[in-house]
Amino acid sequence: MNLDIKLRVSNVEKFFPGVKALDKINFAVRKGTVHVICGENGAGKSTLMKVINGIYKQDAGQILIDEKVVDIKNPIEARSLGISMIFQELNYMPEMTIEESLFVGNWPKDRYGKVDWKEIRKRTLQLLEKENLNYAPETKIKDLTVSDIQMLEILKAISYNSDIIIMDEPTSAITQKEVEVLFKKINELTKRGTCVIYISHKMDEIFRIADEITVFRDGCVVDSRPKEDYDMETVITQMVGRKVESIFQKEDIEIGEQVLQVYGLTDAAKFKNINFQVCKGEIVGFAGLMGAGRTEVMRALFGLDEYQAGEVLIKGKKVNIRNVRDSIDQKIVMLSEDRRRFGIIPVRSVRENVSLSSLKKFIYKGRLHAEIENQTVADLCKKMNVKTPSYETSIEALSGGNQQKVILSKWMVTDPDILILDEPTRGIDVGAKHEIYKLMTMLTKQGKAVIMVSSELPELIMMCDRIYVMAKGEITGMLKRDEFTQEKIMAYATAIRAQ
Amino acid sequence: MNALNKSKLWANLKSKYSIYMVLLALFLVSWLANENFVSGENLKNISTQISVGTILAFGQTILIISGMLDLSSASVLALAGVLSVSAYKMTGSLVIAFLVAILVGVLCNVLNGLMVTKFKAPPFIATLAMMTMARGAALMYTNGQNIYQIGDYVVFGQGRILGLPAPIIFMIGLLVLTWYLLKHTVFGRSVYAIGGNEEAANASGINVNKVKMRAFIINGIFVGIAGVLFMSRINGGMPNGAIGYEFKALTAAVIGGTSFTGGIGTASGTLAGAFIVGFLDNIMVLIGVNSYLQQIVRGAIIALAVIYDIWAKTKKTKLKLGNVESK
Ligand SMILES: Nc1ncnc2c1ncn2[C@@H]1O[C@H](COP(=O)(O)OP(=O)(O)OP(=O)(O)O)[C@@H](O)[C@H]1O
Ligand SMILES: [Mg+2]
Repeated sequence: MNLDIKLRVSNVEKFFPGVKALDKINFAVRKGTVHVICGENGAGKSTLMKVINGIYKQDAGQILIDEKVVDIKNPIEARSLGISMIFQELNYMPEMTIEESLFVGNWPKDRYGKVDWKEIRKRTLQLLEKENLNYAPETKIKDLTVSDIQMLEILKAISYNSDIIIMDEPTSAITQKEVEVLFKKINELTKRGTCVIYISHKMDEIFRIADEITVFRDGCVVDSRPKEDYDMETVITQMVGRKVESIFQKEDIEIGEQVLQVYGLTDAAKFKNINFQVCKGEIVGFAGLMGAGRTEVMRALFGLDEYQAGEVLIKGKKVNIRNVRDSIDQKIVMLSEDRRRFGIIPVRSVRENVSLSSLKKFIYKGRLHAEIENQTVADLCKKMNVKTPSYETSIEALSGGNQQKVILSKWMVTDPDILILDEPTRGIDVGAKHEIYKLMTMLTKQGKAVIMVSSELPELIMMCDRIYVMAKGEITGMLKRDEFTQEKIMAYATAIRAQ
Repeated sequence: MNALNKSKLWANLKSKYSIYMVLLALFLVSWLANENFVSGENLKNISTQISVGTILAFGQTILIISGMLDLSSASVLALAGVLSVSAYKMTGSLVIAFLVAILVGVLCNVLNGLMVTKFKAPPFIATLAMMTMARGAALMYTNGQNIYQIGDYVVFGQGRILGLPAPIIFMIGLLVLTWYLLKHTVFGRSVYAIGGNEEAANASGINVNKVKMRAFIINGIFVGIAGVLFMSRINGGMPNGAIGYEFKALTAAVIGGTSFTGGIGTASGTLAGAFIVGFLDNIMVLIGVNSYLQQIVRGAIIALAVIYDIWAKTKKTKLKLGNVESK
């Protein structure tokens, strides 16, 4: 017996209707280490974490803490055993305030057993101040940026003083700056002897933070070694089961006339005087720090929010887009960065989620035609490599990355000319990232235009023809492909003009 | 792999057909409990008795799936009913009387819809206001008096079509209509999507307000028809009629597996829910259960249905049962 081992998973199996999500999983986490789990979308990473956190009950096998078998029935029991978890799918309650959500289920009580709001306020203020978050404690969660919501979740999980903290893709929604904050926190935690189980698809992060790496594939553990015995290529090959190029080669595609022109787009509170153009066959990037207003501009363009001034021209014609329907009719679609809130219809099937935006296409003799619909959905899901037991499975049951592919499929059915992709590779494994890059390439080859909003500079630099950089609601610069460097982009993003 | 398939099949069966199994079990138990239960006449009676409530329940089903509900349906039924009866007495035309009921039902529900879509009132509050207003209007119009001697107006509720009581035919017709709307139209898909996640539905190009408005209008048509059938069945225009029917309707929908968190429910489930209540009421009378006790049992059934709904859902988030087609 190894006294160093804090958590051990022994022969754990988990079945879902139609899938074996976990197949005799064995692995162990040592005290005070960061244990990274890698694997493709749907490999079973989140499922195992949910078993450890008591959300799912394993069908076979055991969980051991300090080498003693434990039976974790629910997350509250998990917490009392010293386990806390940051979930991959942000599951926040939009109407709650920051202070309410920080202490939910864990309210400090005064001596009469009443919830002690004074104490809550005090602790919330302390926390917000310490972490440099500029919000009032009574701000509603829905008014925060996705990145700050994620950051709060992280802080909340850490505040429980657990011995084991599970982080399921904690950095998929936060910026570089916050990643640094998180990594510093993780270092402090492991020094105290806490162990961190860390799931991510970002290879560079993994190699910075890991002590040990375990690779999952199709519900099995492929291999588990100390970081020093691994290199990136090996991890990727083990994950995918074949060799994948670690960089994607952008192809030369002929750039045509301008299809989208935006002039003077302004919305007092969020952005002002936004001018940009996108051409046929072009991939145009939008870089900037979180909160620079990129998503807001795209939402306005897509008809989700109103704007006060500005003109939008498509193929040279002025258009007036008032809602998403208009936008789809003008062949513009947008993949949202917040998949849970603006992407999926959780209780409905994969099929219904894919066909949702193009229902009119499936009408035959006045009614929805099941065969046409099924055929279209099946074709696209195959093309997009969606992993699902069946198209009637509820979309909630899919892994995060596969949900993203379903939403992308939904937009592909509408046959768009202009695609706005807001953080399209968030939470997506290396293989699938390549598929999305390939898809972007294929689309531009067909003469479509792509706008890519991303917080990952390497990805923008790799894929784009031009990059607009935004800061504080304005476009501060535009770079052509031969001018791309991380430094230049960052200079514009922090609004210090280069040159 | 075999075990896997089996578990999948079983999960599907359990999730999709549980409500019908309950109905079947109740039917068999009632049969054993009293030989009069399974007579053609008794079953016909039960069906006729539940028809008005069930028609309201179809409207509720559409609304609940899209994340709304209608507390005003019984009051609007009364208003539509008395105006329709009175229109018949004035004009002598059954057609006009029928159309008046539908018109009133639709108008009241357009108001409901406007409050919900334009003024963003929660459906609970909006329809609560309408519930009080419509009942008031019905009482004011009739001066609180019942309208008697309605002549041929009784054919709607007491006539026969194809040898069956007319209300049963109406109920079947509207069942088919609701099923068709939910399953085979863009409107139906939009209803499920809005109930499942309104913001995502909007971001997918669905005109949320338009769909909600339509849901209310369809509900209004159903309520109008229910108004005609109700008044016709009781031989008079009764402004105080059908009190509590909105809850009967909600009960049928909930027992039938329509989920109050939205996005889930079917027309056939609601019909099954209505029959479960109908059978239960009937068998309790047949075997002579104390009438106060009957009420307790009815309440307990609702509680059970809701507990089951929540249990199935937490289990669903735990197990995420594969199929979402019905429940
Ligand atoms: N509740 C559920 N019901 C049915 N199947 C499920 C459920 N949850 C997960 N699955 C299936 O189990 C498999 C593993 O999913 P899991 O979410 O663990 O993947 P993951 O490794 O976390 O992927 P990602 O990187 O995309 O988050 C997938 O095939 C998924 O479809
Ligand atoms: Mg996952």
